[in-house]
Amino acid sequence: MKIMVAVKRVIDYAVKIRVKPDKSGVETANVKMSMNPFCEIALEEALRLREAGHASEVLVVSMGGTQCSDTLRTALAMGADRAIHVSTSHSLFPLTVAKLLQALATSEKPNILLLGKQAIDDDANQTGQMVAGLLQWPQGTFASKVQIDKETVGSVTVEREVDGGLETVKLQLPAVITTDLRLNQPRYATLPNIMKAKKKTITQITPEQLGVQITSDLEILEVFEPPKRKAGVIVASVDELLDKLKNEAHVI
Amino acid sequence: MSTARALRIFRRSDAGLLKRLHQGAAHRLFSSSESPSASASASTHTTINAAAANSKSRTWDEHRLSSDQLQFRDLASEFAQRELMPFAAEWDERKYFPVEVLRSAAKLGFGGVFCGHDVGGSQLTRADGVVIFEALAYGDVSATAFLTIHNMCAAIIENYGTEEQRQLLLPGLTSMEVLASYCLTEPSSGSDAASLQTTAHQEEGSTDYILNGEKAFISGGGVSDIYLVMARTGDPGPKGISCFFVEKDTQGLSFGRQEAKLGWRNQPTASVILENVRIPERNMIGREGQGFSIAMAALDGGRINIASCSIGGAQFCLDAAQEYVSSRKQFGKAIIDFQNTQFKLADMLTSVQASRSLVANAATALDSKSPWATASAAMAKRFATDACYNVCNDALQLHGGYGYLKDYTVERYVRDLRVHTILEGTNEIMRMVISRHMTKSQS
Repeated sequence: MKIMVAVKRVIDYAVKIRVKPDKSGVETANVKMSMNPFCEIALEEALRLREAGHASEVLVVSMGGTQCSDTLRTALAMGADRAIHVSTSHSLFPLTVAKLLQALATSEKPNILLLGKQAIDDDANQTGQMVAGLLQWPQGTFASKVQIDKETVGSVTVEREVDGGLETVKLQLPAVITTDLRLNQPRYATLPNIMKAKKKTITQITPEQLGVQITSDLEILEVFEPPKRKAGVIVASVDELLDKLKNEAHVI
Repeated sequence: MSTARALRIFRRSDAGLLKRLHQGAAHRLFSSSESPSASASASTHTTINAAAANSKSRTWDEHRLSSDQLQFRDLASEFAQRELMPFAAEWDERKYFPVEVLRSAAKLGFGGVFCGHDVGGSQLTRADGVVIFEALAYGDVSATAFLTIHNMCAAIIENYGTEEQRQLLLPGLTSMEVLASYCLTEPSSGSDAASLQTTAHQEEGSTDYILNGEKAFISGGGVSDIYLVMARTGDPGPKGISCFFVEKDTQGLSFGRQEAKLGWRNQPTASVILENVRIPERNMIGREGQGFSIAMAALDGGRINIASCSIGGAQFCLDAAQEYVSSRKQFGKAIIDFQNTQFKLADMLTSVQASRSLVANAATALDSKSPWATASAAMAKRFATDACYNVCNDALQLHGGYGYLKDYTVERYVRDLRVHTILEGTNEIMRMVISRHMTKSQS
């Protein structure tokens, strides 16, 4: 079985982010970047499935500029077998990424496509669901447990974290799974594996070669910081409280 | 709409969980019934903010590191921040030697950085080692220093051991299932190391060596499994010294009580006493009479490593100080807004960067087997250990009264770094080494 893992390079979770003065986005120059934590969890799950004997190959993919290779090299150092870098300088939104993943999945034919549930920069939580829709594959999102049943070949059982609690679904392969935080604790790369990763291949490919046109129906208008925390207000009555919750805070 | 709200709630709890998971929960020292003390949470506050600051400042050296070294650094840094930093205060307080964490580090290749792949080593260069140890020391100087000493011992066997000795000892050392100590100093011979008095003589009719003597201030003493002992087999002076390895349970080997130290408190330090310790001939490393030059060659690497530890510790203190002075307000403004503070921080960073450059230079000199390598290592150790101790001390001062409290972490780095100007050759001896090379190159 082949597993394809999609990983994204994002600003490191520990960095204190700042909005650019022109409000066009977040400051990324000279800022530490890392693999998205949920993508790390997805890769770790793929590696565990391979180690358990369920898969023979873990292929990792990423899309973006030249620095994607850093993230892919980290993935190879963690243990992925090979990597594909979809090289583009365009800004990418979830639907475009999903289309690129669809094209890759069609040519690579993985049995499982693993992604993080969302990236910590845009928090979109869309790509996994979109690519499943495009591929017409079943999806198990917010996975907190993934089990390949040795008896029923060709399916995977996913325990999902949903609003109401936990839900277990059984998916026919090939399937898309997006990973949630409690699925596993990702491994560190090791010094020898970092060196061994240099011998593993990173294939470069362009969106054109995949037959995908990078268009976007999304445009970022403005990025601004959330409003600073304001002082609390003492309300005179429950009615006033309800009114504020409904009409000011918009939480009910 | 309810899904969007649920997702927002998920995200908030995820962020908290992410931070806690990233603190290496696998290595919790205390049982679940014990709750962390208030001081633990205060130092956690300091560590998370310093980590955030560090991820900004670390980009400054990227231009001169190879892409491999950048990956090594990221790995070491991540390990330090998750597995060392959150627990270091507790280890220092309780004098707890975190063997299991060192073994986790060894699993990542940190146990035999300079040893061959065939024995479980990472087979990296001294330049790589500098990057790795600095990043680890950022999280905990003392644990990293022990790791460097262990690596120094492993490197001795790698470079001077027979193939048989390598295969016998290194697999255990690189995985840190087996820990090693370096035994040169004695109660009567520290700086004057070549005057050591531990003897190793052979008796009539046997090729075994009988060792007698005492070694002082041995890191790992009482806990390590293998002791590399420099002992006198011949005439007085350096040429009469040979190097042996002695296993812990050998009859006649005993240990003094654990020393109570100012810093390096999570490391065992004790005297190693040898009373008619009998070891086979095959326990000699290198040739008879080669022991002193083995010991000195090992210290070239050891000095570079200790200097790297000083730099990592100083960088932490600098980041913590910058974080503190940015938020502390007096006289109506943050104290970082005073030019004196800004100049102080600038001088501190310059000291750390200068140390880094000198240490990196010594590492590449050693890697290329330059005849200037020993002097370079001595200069780097002398400069970096002095400068970085001062940086830590200045960082403590910048914290004001809070700097004196254990909660604010900087004081531990001051205590840990204080010994770096003393061991592996005092900074006074470093000056001797440097000037000797200068006069030698003149003649």
